[in-house]
Amino acid sequence: MATAATTSSKQTVLQYPGAAPSVSARIHPVVLFNICDAFVRRPDQAGRVIGTLLGSTSSDGTVEIKNSYVVPHNESADQVALDIDYHHNMFVSHQKVNPKEVIVGWFSTGFGVSGGSSLIHEFYSREVQNPIHLTVDTGFTNGEASIKAYVSANLTLGDRQLAAHFQEIPLDMRLIEAERVGFDLLKNTSVDKIPNDLEGMESSMERLYTLINDVYKYVDDVVEGRVQGDNNIGRFIAEALASLPKLSPAAFDKVFNDKIQDNLSLVYLSSLTRTQLSIAEKLNTAAQIL
Amino acid sequence: MANQAMGRSFLQAMTAVEEVAPPLRVVQMEGLAVLKIIKHCKEFSPALVTGQLLGLDVGSVLEVTNCFPFPTREEDEELEADGANYQLEMMRCLREVNVDNNTVGWYQSTLLGSFQTAELIETFMNYQENIRRCVCIIYDPSRSNQGVVALKALRLSDSFMDLYRSNNFNGEKLREKKLSWVDVFEEIPIKVSNSALISAFMTELEPDSPVTQCDFDRLKLSSAPFMERNLEFLIECMDDLTAEQNKFQYYYRNLSRQQAQQQVWLQKRRQENMQRKAAGEEPLPEEDPSNPIFKPIVEPSRLDSYLITNQISNYCNQVNGAAGQGFSKLYLMKALHEN
Repeated sequence: MATAATTSSKQTVLQYPGAAPSVSARIHPVVLFNICDAFVRRPDQAGRVIGTLLGSTSSDGTVEIKNSYVVPHNESADQVALDIDYHHNMFVSHQKVNPKEVIVGWFSTGFGVSGGSSLIHEFYSREVQNPIHLTVDTGFTNGEASIKAYVSANLTLGDRQLAAHFQEIPLDMRLIEAERVGFDLLKNTSVDKIPNDLEGMESSMERLYTLINDVYKYVDDVVEGRVQGDNNIGRFIAEALASLPKLSPAAFDKVFNDKIQDNLSLVYLSSLTRTQLSIAEKLNTAAQIL
Repeated sequence: MANQAMGRSFLQAMTAVEEVAPPLRVVQMEGLAVLKIIKHCKEFSPALVTGQLLGLDVGSVLEVTNCFPFPTREEDEELEADGANYQLEMMRCLREVNVDNNTVGWYQSTLLGSFQTAELIETFMNYQENIRRCVCIIYDPSRSNQGVVALKALRLSDSFMDLYRSNNFNGEKLREKKLSWVDVFEEIPIKVSNSALISAFMTELEPDSPVTQCDFDRLKLSSAPFMERNLEFLIECMDDLTAEQNKFQYYYRNLSRQQAQQQVWLQKRRQENMQRKAAGEEPLPEEDPSNPIFKPIVEPSRLDSYLITNQISNYCNQVNGAAGQGFSKLYLMKALHEN
């Protein structure tokens, strides 16, 4: 990823790092939500939103983008002005909360990389060594949501820098936290209540049931010859079935009954405690008879 | 006539100002705020963290649109000014990017639901001075390992707040107001809303697999560690509760002993007075405030016992919930095994 200019040679050579960058990026869903929210709240005259990405870099070159904040900017046809003080203030404030999060790059909404972006990228490369540029296409051009990450390499001719080449790097959307919260909560524009334990349990069980049904139908189809069996899927199914622990019925019954008894005794204990609480309350606020 | 009309309209104007806001029925949170809270609490778990909630107060709905975390404060007193500065700085910066910079409350993380403390109530009272309606969101990162989004929105009930302001927690007052431990905290249902843009993104990005991490967490069979910790906390709380009850018993015993002593002393005084009257001297007063047996004993405050009872009931609820889930999972295992 060298960007050096040739030295003292009579011929100047166009340096172009052709090697693929060894950096990849991972983005947490909070960042995406923040960017979209900022885009929705942008001032009317701004066409796009720009901000800083915070995160950490791991030793194998993977950059994890964990947090972000918007930086106000002014953009006209030929120049871009970024509010640097604001950027520093916000960074200092964020550092107070989480000193491990450092600047790893910047984001902008909109499709593709524009001319002004290279200036901003240069600014950010003064802050951090190899900034990542993230574009989030909020306009849904091409009819799909495209979130892309780039690093830039400089094209130099002799001593002069000609252009910056933005190369795309693989981006991994780690949606584990979003999954934990539940896509239903995050997908719909409004959800009436957060599901409590039993409702969540119910929906998980339903999903499991449909999955088992699907697999059952598939196996049936293959046996009857309706569908061509795929060996890999067959192996997966066999593995899944084999991973059920083999217990003799007596052993299983014992374990099962023990567990059920434990649970029942816990429920009994908690009801007992609640009765105790109501008695204690009555005693505490009883009228004094003297 | 004109004066009267003006007087009436002035009166009307005064009464119009005093209209009561509709009671808070639901807290509407944006997905962004939910994710930010979860991220912050999880990162610092098991340490407890807090942060500020920003949003709008609209009618009977309290909207929370954004939030920011507070830095963890050391025990140093000089950092308090820093904390206030941080808050001001964040609010100012967020206002520049059009985020609602209206404080509507704060959030805090908790460990297995042990959040009902006196500090919580104090913080509530502090917030209530400045903001008409505020709410506290509690998130429990340890419970989210069970696959439940453990978010709760709390506020103090109005009757409790009045009582707290008068700082009077003895028995008659509480009976008067019919305030039991259930009435201290009010839980408000949470709605989650998302903007159309982010909902479009999420729909696109949702992975195709029919099973999510959430399901894996929920169907885990090992709920024993969670239950064990819950029970440990429950036992500790019961110890605290018995300590409080002992305090009350001690107080009552002292009170009745003091009353008995007072009676004895009064009798003696009366006899003396009768003797004096027979001898023609001045009767002594029937009360003697300097005598230590007349010193009123302070009744211990019931606030702590209320809080502890709340905590215990919270633990019981959690145990019940987890046990219910456990039952379904066990029966599922049994069905699978039979096949």
